[in-house]
Amino acid sequence: MTAAGGQAWETLRHDVLVIGAGGAGLRAAVAVSEVGLSVGVVSKSLLGKAHTVMAEGGVAAALGHLDAEDSPDVHFRDTMKSGHFVNSARMAELLTAEAPERVWELERWGAVFDRTPAGQILQRAFGAHSYRRLCHVGDHTGKELLRTLQNRVTQLGVAFYPEVIVTRLFRDDSGMAGALAYRRVDGRFVLLRAPAIVLATGGWGRVYAVTSNSWESTGDGTALAFAAGADLMDMEMVQFHPTGMVWPPGVRGLLVTEGVRGEGGILLNAQGRRFMADYDPKRMELSSRDVVARAIYQEVQAGRGTPHGGARLDITARGAAFISRKLPSMRAQFLALADVDITREAMEVAPTCHYMMGGVRVDPDTCATRVPGLFAAGEVAAGLHGANRLGGNSLADLLVFGKRAGDAAARFAAASVHLPVVAASEIEEEVARVLAPLRQPLGPSPYGLHSALQEVMTRCGGIVRSGPGLQNGLQQVLEMQERAARLAAPGGTLYNPGWNLALELDAMLLLGEAILRSALERTESRGAHYRTDFPEEDAAWGKQNVVITRDRGGSPSLRTVPVAAVTPQQQRVLAPLTQDVTGRAPS
Amino acid sequence: MMERSAVPGKERVLYVYRGDDYQGEEVAYRVPVVPGMVVLDALHFIQAHEAPDLAVRWNCKAAHCGSCSGEINGEPRLFCKTRLDAYGSLDIHVHPLRTFPIIRDLVSDVSWNYERAEELVPGFRPAEPPPFHLQQWEVDRVEEFHRCIECFLCQDVCHVLREHGLFGQYWGPQLMVRIAELEMHPMDTASRTDLLHSAAGVGLCNVTHCCTDVCPEGIEITHDAIIPLKERVADQHYDPIAAWLRRLRRPQPTSP
Ligand SMILES: Cc1cc2nc3c(=O)[nH]c(=O)nc-3n(C[C@H](O)[C@H](O)[C@H](O)COP(=O)(O)OP(=O)(O)OC[C@H]3O[C@@H](n4cnc5c(N)ncnc54)[C@H](O)[C@@H]3O)c2cc1C
Ligand code: SF4
Ligand code: SF4
Ligand code: FES
Repeated sequence: MTAAGGQAWETLRHDVLVIGAGGAGLRAAVAVSEVGLSVGVVSKSLLGKAHTVMAEGGVAAALGHLDAEDSPDVHFRDTMKSGHFVNSARMAELLTAEAPERVWELERWGAVFDRTPAGQILQRAFGAHSYRRLCHVGDHTGKELLRTLQNRVTQLGVAFYPEVIVTRLFRDDSGMAGALAYRRVDGRFVLLRAPAIVLATGGWGRVYAVTSNSWESTGDGTALAFAAGADLMDMEMVQFHPTGMVWPPGVRGLLVTEGVRGEGGILLNAQGRRFMADYDPKRMELSSRDVVARAIYQEVQAGRGTPHGGARLDITARGAAFISRKLPSMRAQFLALADVDITREAMEVAPTCHYMMGGVRVDPDTCATRVPGLFAAGEVAAGLHGANRLGGNSLADLLVFGKRAGDAAARFAAASVHLPVVAASEIEEEVARVLAPLRQPLGPSPYGLHSALQEVMTRCGGIVRSGPGLQNGLQQVLEMQERAARLAAPGGTLYNPGWNLALELDAMLLLGEAILRSALERTESRGAHYRTDFPEEDAAWGKQNVVITRDRGGSPSLRTVPVAAVTPQQQRVLAPLTQDVTGRAPS
Repeated sequence: MMERSAVPGKERVLYVYRGDDYQGEEVAYRVPVVPGMVVLDALHFIQAHEAPDLAVRWNCKAAHCGSCSGEINGEPRLFCKTRLDAYGSLDIHVHPLRTFPIIRDLVSDVSWNYERAEELVPGFRPAEPPPFHLQQWEVDRVEEFHRCIECFLCQDVCHVLREHGLFGQYWGPQLMVRIAELEMHPMDTASRTDLLHSAAGVGLCNVTHCCTDVCPEGIEITHDAIIPLKERVADQHYDPIAAWLRRLRRPQPTSP
């Protein structure tokens, strides 16, 4: 590669640019393409490999096929309760009302789901859902969802750019101008011009050492949005899934689907006690994720953990035939990687960082951020899940809000009169910044800095937090941000993972800081956020979200904003939960 | 809480291909062995300690996404599913997929497969709008094909592509699985036998089963997908009456 000054970049133009090819991005692209606008989709991986492909358990939609009492209203109540009422009631309402249609639409595009004896879509039980609600096919529902959308965008002729990584967004006051990206396979830069951009870049689980997330989950889009002027919200709300694999070391953190508990798996400590009876006797293993995750953590802390620091998850009682049919991927995963046959032995499990409830703050109806022309949907967006996400609600989120973001971006693009130009000097500056790590002769290794960040985040911003710990973690992350300016990544621009990681670290360090600062701010415990110095839920905090805005100097500045008011209609739907809202500690 | 996992002093050497399509060589890397270690773990260790720019694809690390495909000791395999201890004391040679052009190190250019998928028409054409009424056995019949993780290991091993280079005449087993998924969907009304007979070239497969042997999802590619597709083509092109009867028994399309 030549020097930045002489750098040529290719320019591509679309009405809407979608960044991310998980469920949310592809669903948004379908929406844009269906109204006849031109849409380009970029992703860090190949088509069909996004993190969504790993989702196992299912997609939540109140079809009521097994439990006729179920309805979008009950689903709404469950979602609000699980979010501990700091979530957006409007988003929860839209999600639960529109999920059924979005699921049937997948059927129309070729998806298959397991069936009830009456020939309808089968639904499985999942933690903290009042009824059996998760539509699924075996334990590879995410793959089914992503593949269906992938086939749909392929058929619609959507322009797809695989292994193209966006590093910067450009805008002016009226809308977006485009994004700069580099192509992994040839190291070339691409300017993607578009008046409207949908961010669907997923989460940032890779800031933690033990995570179920893929390498892509580094929160690039969240950092891009922040740099462009969008607000972040609920960053302290990090979901630790109770059941990740623990042994052998190479698989630590890999997800063991909640479907195992949904299908009847029980949790035992080293003494053989079914300990959930001590934490949530009513819902037992199907309690909400934060409760189960902390229960396992506490059992281990109290010395009742398994040899590798976890709990036992046992589903052998259901018999080999049933397990092989309902949980084939899990069975294969344990056989191949851990030498454990789950039809005959218990699995060893411990909490793993799984999902980010927080993210870019958006308008509930349109997914619009504060930046004109910039939209965000899927895990990158905040609001729907509040303090704790219900299993299965993420896949539903991708479909419902992916479509909404695509629709809104298409409307914005159709109405935009001019496409702002990006000055060559701005592009050159960005190219120089991106190439810098390749030119550093000596400097810290991105791999080393990444593990250091993961260690600090796990220790200080993990499943159990405290003021001094968070403060200490923040100090260390701020120091790392300084070191990050000198990262060295030897090699060229062609498919260079070290270089790639050096660039991703910018985002991860910013998001690490955002998580720790927000967690310090919220002086209570709520849902996934648990502080030993403030172990109780505080009613006043139940009315606030923590929001981070970029100040003039580019640094994060925190404030609290009131949780969006509940409409009288929503209030009526929530009425059966009123006791919970007014003070009673959550179970 | 965690016990120290590395067995002290125990090391393995991996011979990893470094280079591109034109030139390259194996480079030997020493890696400390950890219980249950897979080849991808070893490659990550090499990246973090010796070769930060070693190119390899991966996403899920759980054999769910089909990104980490390559060849280990000459056999197509997923790096994240292949354990070091499976090789005993044998040397371990790690290479990219060889049937497709090498971009760099362990990363090959598999875009050919996605281009064929774009040419796959007609797509799914349901007989009626959802919600569908289907029985579990009908779902089970096609569910197998939906398990495909698009790792392209079967494409890599298929001699029609690998040895004979007939990329212009046969789409390879993975796309046969994809076509079978559509053809055998209980609600589908379209026919793809013309495509199979012409551009997709199912006739070129001579049923050697090599693809089935390497499929990490255990899909019976030849038996369940390719042979039934061959039969459809034979019916259509050499037995028009059977084809006509088959069409009569199909559900009728409505606009979606
Ligand atoms: C193992 C596992 C199991 C799960 N099971 C379930 C379940 O059963 N039910 C459920 O509801 N949820 C489940 N989840 C959660 C759910 O899968 C995810 O939250 C969801 O898939 C996120 O989808 P997304 O579309 O927002 O983003 P992702 O699928 O994460 O996709 C992000 C996309 O953005 C791209 N991208 C990111 N940064 C850039 C950049 N800088 N430039 C270009 N492209 C970029 C990536 O390449 C990728 O294509 C599970 C999660 C995991 C990890
Ligand atoms: S059975 Fe057919 S598709 Fe499979 S490897 Fe042999 S020739 Fe190729
Ligand atoms: S059929 Fe099997 S081997 Fe071929 S791409 Fe699919 S999963 Fe891989
Ligand atoms: S990393 Fe997903 S299959 Fe290996």
